[in-house]
Amino acid sequence: MNSTQRRGVGIQVRGLRKSYDGQLVLRDISFEVAPGEIFVIMGPSGSGKSVLLKHLIGLEKPDAGEILIDNESISSPGLMDRHRIAMVFQSSALLNSLTVGENVGLYLSEHRLKPPAEIEKIVAEKLELVGLAGAQNKLPSELSGGMKKRAALARALVVEPELLLYDEPTSELDPLMAVTVAEEILKLNRRMSVTSVVVTHDRDLAFGIADRIALIHNGSIYSIGTPEEVRNTTHPLFQRFLAADFNLKQSDKS
Amino acid sequence: MFENIGQILILMWRTFQALPLVVRHKRKVFDQLFEIGNASLLMACVLSLFIGGVLALQTGAALAERGLSSFIGQIVGLSMCKELGPVMMAVFISGRIGSAMAAEIGSMAVYQEIDALKTLNINPVHYLVLPRLVAISIALPILVVFSNLVGWFGGAIVSVYNYKVAISYAAYFNSLRSGVDFLDVANGLIKSLVFAVIIGAVSCHQGLRTVGGPRGIGRSVTKAVVNSIVMILILDYFLTRLLMHLDR
Repeated sequence: MNSTQRRGVGIQVRGLRKSYDGQLVLRDISFEVAPGEIFVIMGPSGSGKSVLLKHLIGLEKPDAGEILIDNESISSPGLMDRHRIAMVFQSSALLNSLTVGENVGLYLSEHRLKPPAEIEKIVAEKLELVGLAGAQNKLPSELSGGMKKRAALARALVVEPELLLYDEPTSELDPLMAVTVAEEILKLNRRMSVTSVVVTHDRDLAFGIADRIALIHNGSIYSIGTPEEVRNTTHPLFQRFLAADFNLKQSDKS
Repeated sequence: MFENIGQILILMWRTFQALPLVVRHKRKVFDQLFEIGNASLLMACVLSLFIGGVLALQTGAALAERGLSSFIGQIVGLSMCKELGPVMMAVFISGRIGSAMAAEIGSMAVYQEIDALKTLNINPVHYLVLPRLVAISIALPILVVFSNLVGWFGGAIVSVYNYKVAISYAAYFNSLRSGVDFLDVANGLIKSLVFAVIIGAVSCHQGLRTVGGPRGIGRSVTKAVVNSIVMILILDYFLTRLLMHLDR
């Protein structure tokens, strides 16, 4: 299968529940993501978005419920060998002992998928794509937060994933780079039908790229709908969340 | 405690199963070997020189009083290669290298680098634990050989120049040669290999289960060193019993 024919995977989440030290963090979460869809999970900080994302890639085990990737449980042995799944972490999670180039090419080099010269070429391409051309030999400690985020995105792109999970992909990015990242998410989705699940509280990003948006609060999904449907939400918290703006000077005057 | 021991045994088993993959990780093994050698060799030699010296000083005077100075080489030789070399080097390495392993892997766990490896379908046991465990299992027995040689030499210096013992180099080394054979050295090397696996597995296990930021990393480092030393000292007794039994 070549990269242009690759299609994304479908996700089904059923009755997902998770608690830490007796505190319920996810409460009976259920939703479906269609292959090739851009599904955005949006909600205020501390609502359980990132924990949900970690469950989708198998980094956390649920107390109850199940997650199916193309009708196969996320916990089935060898699932990660059969499906290419990648994640862009909020903290970037670059390996600090490796250079940026080694980080970006890690998937290819560790799985011996390409010869070293080709890996170098692919790494250079991906870094250029995210605006980090020539940064191969830098260490992560020499990069700013935004640059680390872009390097992490390049590392995820190298996997050529069928499912790509983003945890706050635009946090720490300037508005121009945030737009570039949003465009890249869209481009990947259009070109390779990558299924994308994006966790964010960036409203511009959510409404700019989402096919559907899930609103999450206190570990429960309040509603799922198209961006237009979500804009018309009647839930007071989400109305405030979507309308919140910096009007400090005006409120001072009034 | 039993849960921890169980997890460490599982980690050892998984690493053992991954041994055929070590060739793929040879660069990381060499990096770790260099790190261990570079960080420890000089200090290990200094420690061993003085351990050998103290041993000769403590026993030498007592032996000389009873006219048994000719046994000093044998006593220092056997003590160093069967007990002090392996145990002291293991304790030293658990503090010097085990702590570094726990800190490095612990920091990777806290800053989600291990999660990132998992999402790239890279097994952290193969990528992080295997090279470290193999490297320390090679390095510790080599360090023990150095430790024995330097310790014997330290004992010789004290035996010759301390006025209470005052025997010749020839007498010291003749005594050592007559009392220490290859099996005695091998006995210590077997111990050191077991200790190396314990240090590597305990330290990597502590690192992998680190949570809670910088304080968590500190806790993991302390636990890695303390648990390694406790396990080394307990195992030393049983290993000694076992090896004594095999010696007969």
